[in-house]
Amino acid sequence: MSNFWHWWVTIITVGNILACYWLIRWAAKARPGEAAAGEVTGHKWDDGTLEEFNNPMPRWWLWLFYATIIFSLGYLALYPGLGNFAGKLGWTSTNQYEAEIKQANAEYSPIFSAFAKQSVEDLAQDPKAVKIGQRLFLNYCSSCHGSDAGGARGFPNLTDGDWLYGGSPDAIKTTILDGRNGVMPPWKDALGEQGVAEVTQYVISLSGRKHDAAQAEAGKSRFEMMCSACHGMDGKGNQAMGAPNLTDNIWLYGGSPGTIAQTISNGRSGRMPAHRDFLGEDKVHLLAAYIYSLSQH
Amino acid sequence: METENTYNYKVVRQFAVMTVIWGIVGMTVGVLIAAQLVWPALNFDTPWLTFSRLRPLHTNAVIFAFGGSALFATSYYVVQRTCQTRLFSDGLAAFTFWGWTLVILLAAITLPLGITTSKEYAELEWPIDILITIVWVAYAIVFFGTIAKRKVKHIYVANWFYGAFILTIAVLHLVNSAELPVSLTKSYSFYPGAIDAMVQWWYGHNAVGFFLTAGFLGMMYYFIPKQAERPVYSYRLSVVHFWALISTYMWAGPHHLHYTALPDWAQSLGMVFSLILLAPSWGGMINGMMTLSGAWHKLRTDPILKFLIVSLSFYGMSTFEGPMMAIKTVNALSHYTDWTIGHVHSGALGWVGLVSIGSIYYVIPKVFNRERMYSIKLMDTHFWVATIGIVLYIVSMWISGVMQGLMWRAVNDDGTLTYSFVESLKAMYPYYTVRMLGGLLYLSGMFIMAYNVFKTISGSQPAPAPATQTA
Repeated sequence: MSNFWHWWVTIITVGNILACYWLIRWAAKARPGEAAAGEVTGHKWDDGTLEEFNNPMPRWWLWLFYATIIFSLGYLALYPGLGNFAGKLGWTSTNQYEAEIKQANAEYSPIFSAFAKQSVEDLAQDPKAVKIGQRLFLNYCSSCHGSDAGGARGFPNLTDGDWLYGGSPDAIKTTILDGRNGVMPPWKDALGEQGVAEVTQYVISLSGRKHDAAQAEAGKSRFEMMCSACHGMDGKGNQAMGAPNLTDNIWLYGGSPGTIAQTISNGRSGRMPAHRDFLGEDKVHLLAAYIYSLSQH
Repeated sequence: METENTYNYKVVRQFAVMTVIWGIVGMTVGVLIAAQLVWPALNFDTPWLTFSRLRPLHTNAVIFAFGGSALFATSYYVVQRTCQTRLFSDGLAAFTFWGWTLVILLAAITLPLGITTSKEYAELEWPIDILITIVWVAYAIVFFGTIAKRKVKHIYVANWFYGAFILTIAVLHLVNSAELPVSLTKSYSFYPGAIDAMVQWWYGHNAVGFFLTAGFLGMMYYFIPKQAERPVYSYRLSVVHFWALISTYMWAGPHHLHYTALPDWAQSLGMVFSLILLAPSWGGMINGMMTLSGAWHKLRTDPILKFLIVSLSFYGMSTFEGPMMAIKTVNALSHYTDWTIGHVHSGALGWVGLVSIGSIYYVIPKVFNRERMYSIKLMDTHFWVATIGIVLYIVSMWISGVMQGLMWRAVNDDGTLTYSFVESLKAMYPYYTVRMLGGLLYLSGMFIMAYNVFKTISGSQPAPAPATQTA
């Protein structure tokens, strides 16, 4: 902050604190002719029914007041407060945060780096590792994927063995470390209303559900032309680009005809955030072991 | 009636009755959202019944509708009695009543519709902000105009507090509501980022300091000596605690933003001034309590005094708790937990609620020209029901708040957090239930009050000798 604001803050702060002290001293002073303790001041209000004593301020209360004033001046000498003055201790909240993180890393990172030397497959068999992975999951992942990792609309179920980007230990780790961006483009303009309806019926037919055969037949050629580049000719998807398998009757956004039509018309956009900087590779390794273990039964 | 010609009691009657009605409305919404935390299905999947929309409705209704009406009613009553003169303008006073009512109705419509600035306790959108400003200017003219034409030399201490409340709220409202409208129902704050947060909590904490503290201290300074029939304990003390209170409160806002993007120096200032605030806050409590010395026996039989004195106890307790929670290390545990909710409600239900209820019980018979309230026994019942309700509420929130704070920071040997958020939520259920019951009790008290007020007003026995003005 500029010199002006530095002095502005300092002067008003110290001034206000000292003014409190002055106020007490000023008010405590006895004045000639003034009402003594236990006597009324002589002011009267409300038809003479309201009066006031002029008792001295309780001593314990004054000491409490003085104590807070002294504490405050001491605190402002030690900690930042008076404008640019950093305080004698040199404390900042950033320093405190960094010191705590450093201490935590020193204490805990050996635990995680020991686990990092083992493979995800092995760790998935180790109850202790899985337990730590689960705790990490509950705190960092469950708000989207659910406490049971069962997912929610728009957030994949991690327990069903159906993977958008692959379920190998490496694929899981890559997903957590670097995140994923799933983009299904909107096809409303290219397909038209009729086209969307036909492709919808075809997509429903892929998972062997009840559908309108004529529309599905018409939709098949459109699908092969426009959708197969990502979802494959057989509709089984492509994990390299996160295109879902449309034949297994597992739906990220819902499998009703209306929802599928909506997905085709308007597209979808899913984002899994990256955790490399936030959690670090060692923790992600354990997290991956937990997630890997969920679908190994 | 002679008093009727001397003083404007009409506007006092209107605001006094609305205090009870808005109290019931605001607290009913509070009980509903407390119940939603126990049974989330109670929002019936209806957008305008969700917690997020009803919570601001609850806070606005209890602070500005219930508390505001109590402040209008008592300040208009007190300023006339202690200045021994009629309100400065009957027309403007009537305007403040209808204007404030309109503000409340607009709040009751817009908040459930999701129309909000999203600034806490300042959620109302810009057209309503403008209406509030106009009503508030009218209020200030009526109040200070009355002070100016007073027929006694000295300005009574209650009026210092009412005056500080009216002036400061005007400043806070104008500064914090600076916003850029994009449509009739949407605006954006004039301030960016951390500055916006600082302005918001400068407003937010001073709304507590001046609306919910200074204003109600004004109430306390009139009704306690009147009801106890004792002089105020210490003029000296009132001078010191008044000036110290209003000067230090202004700084305390940053304690709402500990360990955030707010610069460290501002956080420190918020903390030290919150601590200095302890003694000035307690000055009011001491002055009120000690006024009763020599008349303690009246507490046994007089429910109005019970309300007033117990309200001061809760005031003393929450103004001790507040500075403690403003200490950074304590705040690191208490912030974002239910402890804050408990703290706020020991102030709101205990202090603001009880002092208002006691004062309104005093005022109603006076302004409706009745000898006394219809039933003293029902007032006593109300007192006990309300007090038990408050205790249930704040004790459950203390336990759940401290528990939340401890669960959120608990770590395992490997440094991972011991509990997930949802586990802490699950642990809250019993306390949320107790809190809801506490709120329900407090609300039932308001229904008892409404019945008593109704019977008092509709009763046919006027007071034998109306007080007259003898300046």
